[in-house]
Amino acid sequence: MGIVEAILLSVITAATPLVIAALGELVTERSGVLNLGVEGMMVMGAVCAFVATQITGSPYLGILAGIVCGAVFSQLFAFLTLTLVANQVATGLALTLLGLGVSGMLGESFLGMQGIKLQPIVIPVLADIPFIGPLLFRQDIIFYLSIALVAGVHWFLFRSRVGLKLRAVGDSHASAHALGVNVIRTRYLAVMFGGACAGLAGAQLSLVYTPQWVENMSAGRGWIALALVVFSSWRPWRLIAGGYLFGAVSISQLHAQAFGIGIPSQFLSSLPYLATIVVLILISHNRRTTLINTPASLGKPFVPDR
Amino acid sequence: MKKLLLALASTAAVIGFASAAAAQEKAKVCFVYVGSKTDGGWTQAHDIGRLELEKQLGDKIETQFLENVPEGPDAERAIERMARSGCGLIYTTSFGFMDATIKIAQKFPDVKFEHATGYKSAPNVATYNSRFYEGRYIQGVIAAKMSEKGVAGYIASFPIPEVVMGINAFVIGARSVNPDFKIKVVWANTWFDPGKEADAAKALVDQGVDILTQHTDTTAPMQVAAERGIKAFGQASDMIAAGPKTQLTAIVDTWGAYYVKRTQAFLDGKWETTSSWDGLKDGILTMAPYTNMPDDVKKLAEDAEAKIKSGELKPFTGPLKKQDGSEWLAAGASSDDGTLLGMNFYVEGVDDQLPK
Repeated sequence: MGIVEAILLSVITAATPLVIAALGELVTERSGVLNLGVEGMMVMGAVCAFVATQITGSPYLGILAGIVCGAVFSQLFAFLTLTLVANQVATGLALTLLGLGVSGMLGESFLGMQGIKLQPIVIPVLADIPFIGPLLFRQDIIFYLSIALVAGVHWFLFRSRVGLKLRAVGDSHASAHALGVNVIRTRYLAVMFGGACAGLAGAQLSLVYTPQWVENMSAGRGWIALALVVFSSWRPWRLIAGGYLFGAVSISQLHAQAFGIGIPSQFLSSLPYLATIVVLILISHNRRTTLINTPASLGKPFVPDR
Repeated sequence: MKKLLLALASTAAVIGFASAAAAQEKAKVCFVYVGSKTDGGWTQAHDIGRLELEKQLGDKIETQFLENVPEGPDAERAIERMARSGCGLIYTTSFGFMDATIKIAQKFPDVKFEHATGYKSAPNVATYNSRFYEGRYIQGVIAAKMSEKGVAGYIASFPIPEVVMGINAFVIGARSVNPDFKIKVVWANTWFDPGKEADAAKALVDQGVDILTQHTDTTAPMQVAAERGIKAFGQASDMIAAGPKTQLTAIVDTWGAYYVKRTQAFLDGKWETTSSWDGLKDGILTMAPYTNMPDDVKKLAEDAEAKIKSGELKPFTGPLKKQDGSEWLAAGASSDDGTLLGMNFYVEGVDDQLPK
């Protein structure tokens, strides 16, 4: 295995949870809800996936548990912000803190246990293509899902009728409401999808990335996912570009250090963020396209008149 | 309404008296942790020390702890809260709590503080540390014997003297066996991030190291080593569970004895500020069982350990050169503790540029 291949394999593992969690948040934000609780939902997904895998012995049930946990946990946020119309920013932050605490409690008796790693699924024929095969077709199911989800969400948002309604809710909830779209229900479902994705991303952390459970193991990845949504200007395919760019720079800087190129490591560590900012500036120079993509009702509360 | 308030006030007073009475019976000893007490590494080792303290002196003291306290302004708040809540003796267990500890200690001259691994003290602030580098030296000896390629990977956290000292000791130990031994250093710039530590481990293995050692807190690097079929060393706690066929040994922090000794002095009213730096011989660190290595390597490691304990072997003893080739220690000369505690240079053989 060549060094380039080795680096790319690490990049895929590092980028996958970012892409999945960001994709969920993208759908949530497209419906006009800003959920800053990604980190909390992610770490809940990680603990549920790990615990379920340990109990049942099946990482696939673990993945399912991670998804369900993230989705259920997100509904707490949905209830508070959509039904009780609490402030979205404050509630999202609270969700993150709560998630970090609750996950620590749930996982306490599973600390230090040896995890079961999710095994790759080898796709026949394609897996034998030199270079590309081992990278793209000898991966675990979560990687395949991440790509399929991005394609699916793109189709859903821009090609389906329901997706159009969801975007309408995010752009102008009053108009959507006047047209007879159930704004609150749409947003509940969008938040739930966001939670499920964050949960799946968490499952990737505790089953693939580092098959173990330690408290706070998401270590800030939820926040990076949030930033990626802005980076992508709410367009699903750009998430892959953003997530992989961030992953590639993070991994390359570690290799650069191990290679001993003599650039201060503090600078190298900040490179992923610098690269993201530079790209962000480049793609956002056209203000009009940026504005078109930004959900106009993002973060605004909606109270239907009865 | 007035009655209710009065009732509330008197209840509060009763509770207040009750806790004051309890405080008179038992002294409160408090701990501030940088990580979670179950992190499987650094903080867990301190918490085991705290439990040991409770076991030994539980009839005279009660303990309290705050975990996951970030270094920086939050640490100040956390330490102040402990001081205000009636703690008589407070252990702050991370290098990054140093300035916060000194600052709060000035505000509370009657409270005693003990800060781990720092170098600033005050009339009511003592410092304590462990000579981890003794363990790192032994690891270096083992690594040089076990590595086929003669290159080890070192996952480092932050360029502070403590970490630099560990890297140097490892290299000196390795070069005592194989003068051509090399290490590759990767700075993760974090104490705790399983994913990033795993990424760093993968990068090192992909670049051809066949032994891994770490100065970060989780078992993720050990897992990567196990997966890739190479050997590795554990950090702060015995990590054998994460790599039953991978771990060669681990530096295990055993703070308990120190906590008991100092807390006893505090109870006797004999506490005074000190700067304690104990090593293998005092039992403040121990080596996890030497596993997954042939008997002759094990023997060599045990010999080194015995010599360090007896004082016959001091890891930082010349002839030693700095990384740039300039003379550091002449043959037979040993480094003084001050130089070690402020260490900001590499010795010869480190294939890395020290971040400034």
